[in-house]
Amino acid sequence: MKKILIVDDEPNIVMSLEYTFKKNNFEVFIARDGQEALEILKNQLPDVIILDVMMPMVDGYATLEQIKKDERLKHCKVIFLTAKNKEKDIEKGLSLGANLYVLKPFSVKKLVEQVQGLI
Amino acid sequence: MSSIGLLLILALYVSILFYIAYWAEKRSHSKWTNNPYIYSFSLAVYCTAWTYYGSIGVAAESGLSYLPIYLGPIIIIPTWMVILKRIIRISRVNKISSIADFISLRYGNSRFLGALVTMICVFGIVPYISLQLKSISDTFHIVTKTQSSENIFTDTTTYVCLALALFASYYGTKYVDASEKRRGIVTAVAMESILKLVFFLIIGIYVTYFVYDGFGDIYTKAAVLENFEKKNSIGDLTNGINWFFLCLLSMFAIFLLPRQFHTAIVENNKETHIRTAMWLFPLYLLLFNIFVFPIAWGGNILFEDKGLNSDTYSLLIPQFFNNNFLTVLVFLGGFSAAISMIIVSSIALATMLSNNLLIPYGFIGSLENSSQEKNSKRILISRKIGIFLLIILAYAIYRIFILDYSLVSIGLVSFVVIAQLAPSFFGALFWRRGSKKGAITGIIVGFLICFYTLLIPYAIGITKSSSLFIQEGPWGTALLKPFQLFGLDYLEPIPHAVFWSLFFNVICYAAISVSFKGNYRERNYAEMFVDIDKYITNHEDAFVWKGTAYISDIQKVLQRFLGEERTKRAMTIFNLKYNIDKNITTADARFIKFAENLLTGHIGTASAKILISSVVKEDKISLTEVLRILEESKENIIINKKLTDTSNELKKISIQLKNANQELVNKDIQKDEFLDTVTHELRTPITAIRAASEILHDDDDIPEELRKQFLQNIISESDRLNRLIDKILDLEKFETGKQKIYLSKNNISKTVEKTLLSLKQLIKNKKIGIEFDEASKEIKAFYDEERIIQVIYNLLSNAIKFSSETAGKISIKITEKKEVVEVRIHNNGKGIKEEDFEAIFDKFYQSRNQNVKKPIGSGLGLAICKQIIEHHKGKIWADNTETNGATFIFTLPNYNTTENY
Repeated sequence: MKKILIVDDEPNIVMSLEYTFKKNNFEVFIARDGQEALEILKNQLPDVIILDVMMPMVDGYATLEQIKKDERLKHCKVIFLTAKNKEKDIEKGLSLGANLYVLKPFSVKKLVEQVQGLI
Repeated sequence: MSSIGLLLILALYVSILFYIAYWAEKRSHSKWTNNPYIYSFSLAVYCTAWTYYGSIGVAAESGLSYLPIYLGPIIIIPTWMVILKRIIRISRVNKISSIADFISLRYGNSRFLGALVTMICVFGIVPYISLQLKSISDTFHIVTKTQSSENIFTDTTTYVCLALALFASYYGTKYVDASEKRRGIVTAVAMESILKLVFFLIIGIYVTYFVYDGFGDIYTKAAVLENFEKKNSIGDLTNGINWFFLCLLSMFAIFLLPRQFHTAIVENNKETHIRTAMWLFPLYLLLFNIFVFPIAWGGNILFEDKGLNSDTYSLLIPQFFNNNFLTVLVFLGGFSAAISMIIVSSIALATMLSNNLLIPYGFIGSLENSSQEKNSKRILISRKIGIFLLIILAYAIYRIFILDYSLVSIGLVSFVVIAQLAPSFFGALFWRRGSKKGAITGIIVGFLICFYTLLIPYAIGITKSSSLFIQEGPWGTALLKPFQLFGLDYLEPIPHAVFWSLFFNVICYAAISVSFKGNYRERNYAEMFVDIDKYITNHEDAFVWKGTAYISDIQKVLQRFLGEERTKRAMTIFNLKYNIDKNITTADARFIKFAENLLTGHIGTASAKILISSVVKEDKISLTEVLRILEESKENIIINKKLTDTSNELKKISIQLKNANQELVNKDIQKDEFLDTVTHELRTPITAIRAASEILHDDDDIPEELRKQFLQNIISESDRLNRLIDKILDLEKFETGKQKIYLSKNNISKTVEKTLLSLKQLIKNKKIGIEFDEASKEIKAFYDEERIIQVIYNLLSNAIKFSSETAGKISIKITEKKEVVEVRIHNNGKGIKEEDFEAIFDKFYQSRNQNVKKPIGSGLGLAICKQIIEHHKGKIWADNTETNGATFIFTLPNYNTTENY
């Protein structure tokens, strides 16, 4: 069973993601912001991490930077899922080492396909 | 007191003064020597031994007539702000160092006129110096109870004079440039002015309150003396006219006496010092005159019919009571008064003699070809010898002629002679047409008349020969009687001479000036003098000159007097000032004037002109051309001023434009950010709705409970979307001013209550304690209740959101102040950082300032609150004054204040 970590502070969006990925046989972990995500990553090695950018406390960019520093997590695929749709935002996200940059609003079905394509 | 003892005291006293001068010279730029008080006190060099002793003599002999000499200056001093300021400015820009320079420069830089003025001054002032020496000598003999010796070599006062002459010639010639300031001398003179006043007041108080029993006592006792009443009234119209002329005379003296010109103008460091002098100097004169009368009449009572010289009552009275200490003190005061006059006058005269007589008529030729050191040395030595000789000459005059005259009579003669400069001097300041010929004629005629009406009779009086000349006139011609010229028989000799000499002086000056046009140079300087305020910064511009001149030639001349170093420095300054290329070889008018100015301080105006003209080739210019050029330069100055004004204006506008542009750029950035944030905020609920809808649409076997939850999510996110849109529109309405506010009379406690009610459930859920003391108090204000509820709701829901998780507490406080009602809402949560106090009221503040962090709430609430409160003309802010948690405060204008509108 593949593991996925969803990091987002919007409970309603998280709920949809959780339902969909569980249905597609993922083990789902949830964090409300970057800090929580890093806590979870201490004990878990998910295959995919879905990261929102704008979150309270530690934002998505900073979280990814931390992830990239961690040797254990180097096989993790990271997907940014955000409403920040400017060219420079996308560039920044990819340059930090994200595997995918998906814009909100998004299609749940398509996102699942994209995640499955990655692993 | 023995002569030796007194001489020792004098030596000590003089060496203290010497030390003060030395000390001040070393600190010539400190505020101890360079301040308006030193300046004002140095002007009191006006009060000489004549004031110190002579006034008492006059008051004792003829009552009030000592007053006009002080009234004149006091009357004219208020005009200093205008007149003295102008003279100072003219003198500063032209490097003028004496009254001879001043007058001769104005009338076309005339060598002859400078020499004439110098001669007049020497004529007037040397006897005046003699007078001071006489007073020193007389009083010295009184204090030591000795007789003055017929043999000048055995008379101790001779040696006092010699010492004085040495002191003056050493200290008076520190600088070659006569327009330089001599702080040492000035400070010493100011010190002496203070001392002579203090000593005079001491003796005055002694006589009035210790010898007698106050002013009243003296008056009562004096009133029984002979002629008291007659002497102590102004008298009839004739007397009034006499007074008038004496006042006029002293008014002129305060401007024209070389020592006054020197202290007031040459030694003036700052124009603003005049302001202090304008009240301090008259006050000084007033103080000096308070005790003249009591001392004079106290003396009259004591020494009635004893035939003593009333000039020396101030010494005789303490001596009469065997008060040695006071006697010496008074003597020192008188000595101070005398030597400051002697020193300043002799410096001023020696400068004039060297710069306006000796150099231009004498050794200018030999100066032209010598080195700078040699020239400076010669000029200095000539001045040193000048000072020394003047004092010795004065002493000789004293020994030969004026042993018998009273102090005042000689002083006044001196004033009359100097007053002959008045028409051309004041004409120089205010009248463009005044010409050289007019000035020369006026001065000569005036001087001849006073020679005839004063000097000859006085000389005859001295030799005690037949006075038929005075009684009946020359050859028995009554019309020519020197004291009653042309039958004018009701004036005293002095006012009589003042009247006739000035009368003819003015007539000649005016008539000849009007009849014969002066040359272009005179007219040029007239323009510069009269319009000094216009030319003050770039006065070289006003100088008209045409011809061929090479900078290198002029430079060579300058070097001979200034040395290479200073010449180079001065030329650099000049080139910078007028933005002139230093490689240019030909000199223009400005440079000629500049070079003349540099030389003027060293050798006087006339010689400066002669030297410069010797190396340049000047073309004659007609008067009309001068006037045309002057007109042009005036226009140029005006145009220049306009150009600078315009360019300043342009600068201002360009700065404003830059600021406006920056503001626009900032606004643009803000707008972009705003749009960015808004779209992000709108996309979040849409994302949630879209995801939930997609699941509901695609997934048929979704459990019922979850299906309901997804639908519920869609509903709440749609509501959120709608609220957001409402708020954005709200804010937009406020910002563009479309939002209307409906003011009405309301009770603010009620409004808070209402808002609390709508939040009851939330408060209950979080178990927050509310503290609201003014709940039942009626506090009225004018506001739109619906809008203020919106504000309070926002602040309270923030407070609820941020108050401490456990034991949350919110306190609300309403205070009525003078003009406003203040509402404070405090929670005991985490608080706000001080640097965020202002920013939290910006829209989407959190998102902007924390870059990518998620805002809590819409981020628009406080921005809307601010808009609402500001539309009520109130204020809203956050603060940290309470120990923990955050406080938000807003004010609304008071009910009463608003009603008054």
